[in-house]
Amino acid sequence: MIRVVLPHHLRTLAKVGDEVHVDLNGSPTVKAILDELETKFPMLRGTIREHNTLKRRPLVRFFACGEDISHESSDAPLPDAIVKGDEPFFIMGAIAGG
Amino acid sequence: MSGIRVLVGTRKGAFILTSDAKRKDWKVDGPHFAGWEIYHMKGSPVDPDRIYASQTSAWFGQIIQRSSDGGKKWETPGSSPDGLKGPDKGESNMFVYDGIPGTHMWYDGTQHPWEFKRVWHLEPALGNADHVYAGVEDAALFESKDGGKSWNELSGLRQHDTGPKWQPGAGGMCLHTILIDPKNPKRIFIGISAAGAFRTDDGGKTWKPINHGLHSQYIPDPHAEVGHCVHRIAMHPTKPNTLFMQKHWDVMRSDDGGDFWREVSGNLPSDFGFPIDVHAHEPETIYVVPIKSDSEHYPPDGKLRVYRSRSGGNEWEELTKGLPQKDCYVNVLRDAMSVDSLDPCGIYFGTTGGQVYASRDSGDSWEPIVRDLPAVLSVEVQTLR
Repeated sequence: MIRVVLPHHLRTLAKVGDEVHVDLNGSPTVKAILDELETKFPMLRGTIREHNTLKRRPLVRFFACGEDISHESSDAPLPDAIVKGDEPFFIMGAIAGG
Repeated sequence: MSGIRVLVGTRKGAFILTSDAKRKDWKVDGPHFAGWEIYHMKGSPVDPDRIYASQTSAWFGQIIQRSSDGGKKWETPGSSPDGLKGPDKGESNMFVYDGIPGTHMWYDGTQHPWEFKRVWHLEPALGNADHVYAGVEDAALFESKDGGKSWNELSGLRQHDTGPKWQPGAGGMCLHTILIDPKNPKRIFIGISAAGAFRTDDGGKTWKPINHGLHSQYIPDPHAEVGHCVHRIAMHPTKPNTLFMQKHWDVMRSDDGGDFWREVSGNLPSDFGFPIDVHAHEPETIYVVPIKSDSEHYPPDGKLRVYRSRSGGNEWEELTKGLPQKDCYVNVLRDAMSVDSLDPCGIYFGTTGGQVYASRDSGDSWEPIVRDLPAVLSVEVQTLR
């Protein structure tokens, strides 16, 4: 089970609390987390990554174990602490715009 | 007993104000979608409890919300697992331009790709609560025939020969006005900042620029076919060939469905402004809120004044009773004025300072029905019977 922390705006959209949990069948990657997240909460499609291209939206960031992994490949394996659920995977809105 | 429902979109959420027909005591419900920009909400003329809302964010993109109970509960249509038709279909926030989007004029005169940013205006169709139009930035018209679950572009507009000459106004290249002719729903008028006004007579397949008579000194050819910064167009449902326009500068009028416009700014203290609307029972009574200039987006002299013309323009009277007459520097945005259809007609407008003012007597006197909301982006009024 992977723990995912969503930004405030997406929590209200998906009507969930601080943290959601996803179970992955295949390799634990950012892409796999987002695929599962969007399956579980379809209203999040298009809000974290763009429709069709599946590119991360420019003002969205991904953090794992304190590191900004937004620019790493979405197919790269995630740290063990994320995979085991010891640490949450953070999806954040960039601090921009005041 | 009849009542009034005021749908208020703000920078940080949606609010719904309700009153009985006396229009004296108001209940404020909200914020809905707290923290999100709500560009516009509008109810269906077929089913007033069916309300559509445009929820948007520079971070997380576009969301379409829908209510079927007058705004108590909301859903994102097409986003339940059962509602999905496939990986690329059935998603209420998926606005994809038809074909290769092409380019339009950028601020610096170069060509720039069309990029979807947000929905500015939602216009439910006249005959079917599941049919709704969306005016978007970068300018295009979309429609949904399944209650907002999926959207298709009416691409004849964006693909008009003049498209490469359209350019954004200061607020972006937005399609902000959608007016459907009640006598002929295939005739639709739209406004784009800064391209101008367009009309279709075939339900959106083909479009004609209707900007003859507009004069915009700030563009290279002041009488150009397109390029005019139209801020808002209004129509009375019983006289759909008569259109009133608040342009960037100038208040204009057409009596032939937009084929020709003439200026009716008359004695206004400034003919710059954003909203314009028509009295519910008097097709020649119109309202504007003069703003000082395009550089100073606040009322002249710090006095918030609505101006009313009972002659369809040219002769204007200032309406000030109940409105702040000193030190007022708010703006009233283009979609932030609306009317009810009670008698006497009620007029409503919202400000960037977070007040919504209402008049129960066709504009003679005003009072705030809510204040200190986030900046108001849009106001729509429903008269419930």
